[in-house]
Amino acid sequence: MRRLILTLLMLLLVLPPAARAQGAGSRTVILSTTTSTQDSGLLDVLVPMFERSTGYSLKTISVGTGQALALAARGEADVTLAHAPGLERTYVAEGRMQNRRLVMYNDILVIGPESDPAEIRGEQSVVAALKKIAGARARFVSRGDKSGTHSRELSLWKAAGITPAAPWYIESGQGMGATLGIANDRQGYTLTDRATMLAFVRRVDLEPMVEGDRLLLNIYSVMEVNPANGPRVNATGGTAFANFMLAPETQAVIKTFGVDKYGQPLFVPIAGKKDEDF
Amino acid sequence: MDVLLEGVRHAVGLLLGGDPEILEVLWLSLQVSGTATLVALLLGIPAGAALALSRFPGRTLLVSAVNTGMGLPPVVVGLFVTIFLWRSGPLGDWEVLYTPAAIVLAQAVIASPIVTGITLAAVQNVPAKFRLQLLALGASRAQMVWVTLREARLPMLAAVMAGFGGVISEIGASMMVGGNIKGQTRTLTTAMVLETGKGEFGIAIALSILLLTLVFGVNWALTTIQQRRA
Repeated sequence: MRRLILTLLMLLLVLPPAARAQGAGSRTVILSTTTSTQDSGLLDVLVPMFERSTGYSLKTISVGTGQALALAARGEADVTLAHAPGLERTYVAEGRMQNRRLVMYNDILVIGPESDPAEIRGEQSVVAALKKIAGARARFVSRGDKSGTHSRELSLWKAAGITPAAPWYIESGQGMGATLGIANDRQGYTLTDRATMLAFVRRVDLEPMVEGDRLLLNIYSVMEVNPANGPRVNATGGTAFANFMLAPETQAVIKTFGVDKYGQPLFVPIAGKKDEDF
Repeated sequence: MDVLLEGVRHAVGLLLGGDPEILEVLWLSLQVSGTATLVALLLGIPAGAALALSRFPGRTLLVSAVNTGMGLPPVVVGLFVTIFLWRSGPLGDWEVLYTPAAIVLAQAVIASPIVTGITLAAVQNVPAKFRLQLLALGASRAQMVWVTLREARLPMLAAVMAGFGGVISEIGASMMVGGNIKGQTRTLTTAMVLETGKGEFGIAIALSILLLTLVFGVNWALTTIQQRRA
């Protein structure tokens, strides 16, 4: 028995930890991106396509948008896919990110309990809806994690001229899925991207309240990392991924992604469009 | 409740069906945590034995540090290892961040104090008179240490179990230094967090069952040895 254990341990030592396949240095590209691109499953489809067509090995680090940009600004990533236009433009203006290009959008919506205590169902303007929620002191669950969705929410509160505060305003500090769970449990309103809402539709009985407002468009951009950010930035690889995201074949895949599972596409490809078009 | 049942059904399906993605995740977890435990044993047993058998000023301080290290929060280890392995960090030249090697490193840091602490306790439990007797019978100091370690081998199996159990179920460090990259650094625990985030509770429950089965299997094998020799 002891010999068996020893043999097993030796095996573990001799077999190098898996995934040595990726080459070192310049053949590896690090993408920092948001959790929503991974949670929706889109990257699971796009990453193998990218690796096949370019020969690069891609490492995807899915974190909140704030952290994704912060990592890139330190030169810890080569390219970033994010959805916080305001924050992104700051990084571009400071020269830490460059060549920001729009890739796709999906939409965010306000969902809430069926009883709708703030009476916002069908409201056209999201800002007006938030004012009503604050006026009624109805429970609202915020991500509170500096993600793209969270920074969108903060800019909407700002537009409404309201500083949300406890006790009716709750910060979960977690991802979209966990936040939906909390909002459902506490029967509160929350802001969610459509992809995550569809993934949780069976477990969460909150209903769409406000959708379609232009302010609720969730635009994803790809940005390349300024090589000056750090000693080992793979600029060529980063550009290769950015170009791949905008290539017609990739955009075609994005256009139909999600139809088989949810009966509707999750993202709308918009390569070539500008911020002003929205 | 239906979620739990669905999870169990899912787990059985995944296991019987031999889903290659799940097997890959399982195998990687086993390799990474196994290697990390092995590294921790190589470092922790000599360190624990040395601490148990020697007396020097500041020893109590060091033993307290080891005992504190036994409860080192994985997320703290993950943060510091990440900063060290960053491209801009002191070990950036290694280029191992977001690879299995980085997880092994972080988990070895987590498991080493556990192994050291348990070895220390096990060796100290061997009566001092026994050691004196060995020396009196003409054993060299090295022989004395060896025989003492052999004497303490059963309680030390607990060190293996505690170290392995600690790192295979750890999530904070694996997530930070590994990045949960599909096919590269996705372990059982990071996959579980991801699937929960995606709302795929069935798969997440299946992975939990897998993890518990794995840890139980390893502990069962080690306990069998321990109890047979007790």
